[in-house]
Amino acid sequence: MWSFSHIANELHEWLSSIFNPTWTLVIEMVLAGVAVIGLFAALGLVLVLMERRVAAWIQIRLGPNRVGPQGLLQSLADTLKLIVKEGLTPSGADKLLFNVAPFIAMIVAMLLMAPIAFAKDFQLWDMNIGVLYVSAVSSIMVISILMAGWSSNNKYSLMGAMRSGAQIVSYELSAGLSILTIVVLTGSLQVSDIIHAQATGWWIFKGHLPVWIAFVTFIIAVTAETNRAPFDLAEAESELTAGFHTEYSGMKFALFFLAEYINVFIVCAIGATLFLGGWMPFHIGNWTQFNHVMDYIPSSIWFFGKTFFLIFLIMWFRWTFPRLRIDQLLNLEWKYLLPISMINLLLATAMAILGWHF
Amino acid sequence: MYRETSILNDSSPVSPAGDDGAGNITINVGPQHPATHGVLHLVITLNGETIKKVEPHLGYIHRSIEKMCESLTYRQFIYVTSRMDYLSSHINNHACALCVEKGLQVEVPPRAQVIRVLMDELTRIASHELWWGAMAMDLGAFTPFFHAFRERESINDIMEETCGARLTMNYMVPGGVMQDLHPDFQKRVKEFLHLYKRKIHEYDELITGNIIFQNRMKGIGYLSPEDAISYGCSGPVARGSGVSSDIRKIYPYEIYNKLEFDEVLETAGDSFARYMIRLREMQQSIRIIEQLIDNIPDGDFQAKTKAVLKLPKGEFYQRVETARGELGVYIVSEGGTTPYRIKFRSPGFSNLSVLDHIARGSKLGDLVAMMGTLDLVIPDIDR
Amino acid sequence: MLNEELKNKITGLLPTATFEEGGEWLNVIVEPKDWLPFARQLRNDSSLFFDYLFCLTCADWKTHLTMVYHLSSTTHRHNIVIKAKLDRNKPEIETVSHIWRTAEFHEREVYEMFGVHFLNHPDLRLLILPDGWEGKNPLRKDFEDPVNMIKL
Repeated sequence: MWSFSHIANELHEWLSSIFNPTWTLVIEMVLAGVAVIGLFAALGLVLVLMERRVAAWIQIRLGPNRVGPQGLLQSLADTLKLIVKEGLTPSGADKLLFNVAPFIAMIVAMLLMAPIAFAKDFQLWDMNIGVLYVSAVSSIMVISILMAGWSSNNKYSLMGAMRSGAQIVSYELSAGLSILTIVVLTGSLQVSDIIHAQATGWWIFKGHLPVWIAFVTFIIAVTAETNRAPFDLAEAESELTAGFHTEYSGMKFALFFLAEYINVFIVCAIGATLFLGGWMPFHIGNWTQFNHVMDYIPSSIWFFGKTFFLIFLIMWFRWTFPRLRIDQLLNLEWKYLLPISMINLLLATAMAILGWHF
Repeated sequence: MYRETSILNDSSPVSPAGDDGAGNITINVGPQHPATHGVLHLVITLNGETIKKVEPHLGYIHRSIEKMCESLTYRQFIYVTSRMDYLSSHINNHACALCVEKGLQVEVPPRAQVIRVLMDELTRIASHELWWGAMAMDLGAFTPFFHAFRERESINDIMEETCGARLTMNYMVPGGVMQDLHPDFQKRVKEFLHLYKRKIHEYDELITGNIIFQNRMKGIGYLSPEDAISYGCSGPVARGSGVSSDIRKIYPYEIYNKLEFDEVLETAGDSFARYMIRLREMQQSIRIIEQLIDNIPDGDFQAKTKAVLKLPKGEFYQRVETARGELGVYIVSEGGTTPYRIKFRSPGFSNLSVLDHIARGSKLGDLVAMMGTLDLVIPDIDR
Repeated sequence: MLNEELKNKITGLLPTATFEEGGEWLNVIVEPKDWLPFARQLRNDSSLFFDYLFCLTCADWKTHLTMVYHLSSTTHRHNIVIKAKLDRNKPEIETVSHIWRTAEFHEREVYEMFGVHFLNHPDLRLLILPDGWEGKNPLRKDFEDPVNMIKL
């Protein structure tokens, strides 16, 4: 009754009863924008705190525990600090590009929110090319990093940006191919279709080997795409101090930082949607009782649960593995992941045509 | 006195032709840089990611300890040396104490000898623990640092109880040690040994066996035995290339010739060999501690020495094995209460000189790994 | 080789060398001009084979400077100390950095601390001291720095 879709519909009907359709649309868009920004801020705070607590747990220490109860307000305090800090622009920098770059990173992250289904029938825009849209828009991310690195006029930044460029462009291939595997099995690019196709079971269970391979490839590729350890060569603290955002400070740095975490959330949301059924509850064959119980858990809980599980996985990688070297990174993509993904796609296609999946 | 700006600025405009017109760019790593663990300044010439040249610029933490020691008495100067290689300060003190004793021809009581060796080996383990964590951090893995510190902290606690300090211990004095062991010392060391043995396998599980780690280390930074000798490398750096250089074995001091331990040698000469040397050395130190912890003889902890020490005219040289390699203390005495000239041959200085040789042609990321396996401590290099 | 044997061997190689008694190792005093060929012999003679230069330093004796080279052999495990007296006003000696590579850094240190000029050194620049320091040599006995040095 109190599902997101219900609230959204009520709101839509109420607005429609007052305004004409054009104004209704405008108001709804504004509301969606506000909601996305709110979600952004909330996610940023939660994910940063989560990262620090996960890191602390892995590293046998406590993590933030001073500000607020259990240190819950730590990231709020950090945000406040970043807001009041001066955003320096180096004198040798290309001022326009330098100042625009963090906003591009942010806008990309915001655009990617559009096709994500947060709960049952609750989606900003269920376009028919949803998955393609995600792949296309996420490519813009690299432009902001290249802009930031180039315009800083710092050699560390430039090297970080170049590394990042090579890395993101390469890993997009295997991320795209593993997404294609699911598209081939579903026969649709629309996010809602992909989720509905998993009503009888998530692709990770139905799809056998090809989907498992695609899932592993996807997780590796998106970890690389979001520049997180062990693929954090663009930042590579011990080599390039802070890589592409060496010269950034204050809120401009915070935007990059936030965009990184939002991107992690988004790729994990996409991963959860494609492989783990999005908001679909966990069902086992014809155990109707069990399935019924599962249906009682709200769809938004399912979605966020799966997404945060994947986020935890990616954080786990970060605090466990050492960093790769740039040539090893590119070798991994071009010599291993890409050929595997290509063969895997053929395998999945054959499986889809012959109907070997459940 | 400030450095002139002849060194290129990192934020100087980058042109496609590079800084030298041949596509090479010059970057400064340090003096403030996360990878240098201190204030080492490397000017690196890069072609893309490939290293063409590494040029160390030292002196950012040079305190002129050798000059200071010329005006300090033989009792005082030992305390300054704790600040050289601060991770093995016990062993620095030990070297100085031995050198002064050599001049005075003092016989150190057996109890003091055993205590000294125990403390040296505990220091060696603590130093290698810190190196292990810091090196993993250079490679981008942050977690090992905290795991290494768990064990290192318990060593520091033991030190604190007996010496009163955790980092710069100043425990060795000419003729013995400053005060007797804390009554809990043996118990605490045994607790540490127990903890250490229970946790040591985590090191291999977390880092050594990791495929990314092995790919980053194997075949990287090859140092041939001939070069290791020619560059004056010592300690784990030389032993990683198969050069037997353990002073404890070759020129034994104190009771090392009566102890059972192996000199750890690897022949590969790459970063991974140097890494394995240190890991295995920790095991050997544990062996030494186990042999001694139940056999600390009773007796004096300090030989009777005069209040004011005067070394006879002459030259005295003492070599010891610190966690980083061979430390030499060279005292020139004119017969007074202060040294006329003192020279510390620090292991880090020679080990650093090999960096340019092994780093050329490899990637920037490898440089960080190589610096990690050379285990550079900057105050040790600068003195 | 024991010190006595080393002494005989070295007298054969370099008759002008003199020896200094005392100390645990054999102290050989050579003329600066003899040093380079003698160093080559020390390094290459198979019965001496001093391949490990573990300490290179200098001492200021107010009337002259003395270069001190501590050498050891990784095969024979014997040690030797070579000394060369230099003119304090114009200290010059041949570099040995192509025989023992470690000498390159140690000689740069001695160059800036004592002002000894190493002839034919590949890269004789300041290593530790800041640029523009040339001329003042901190480890010489007559070095004065009223700001940083406190007389006890």
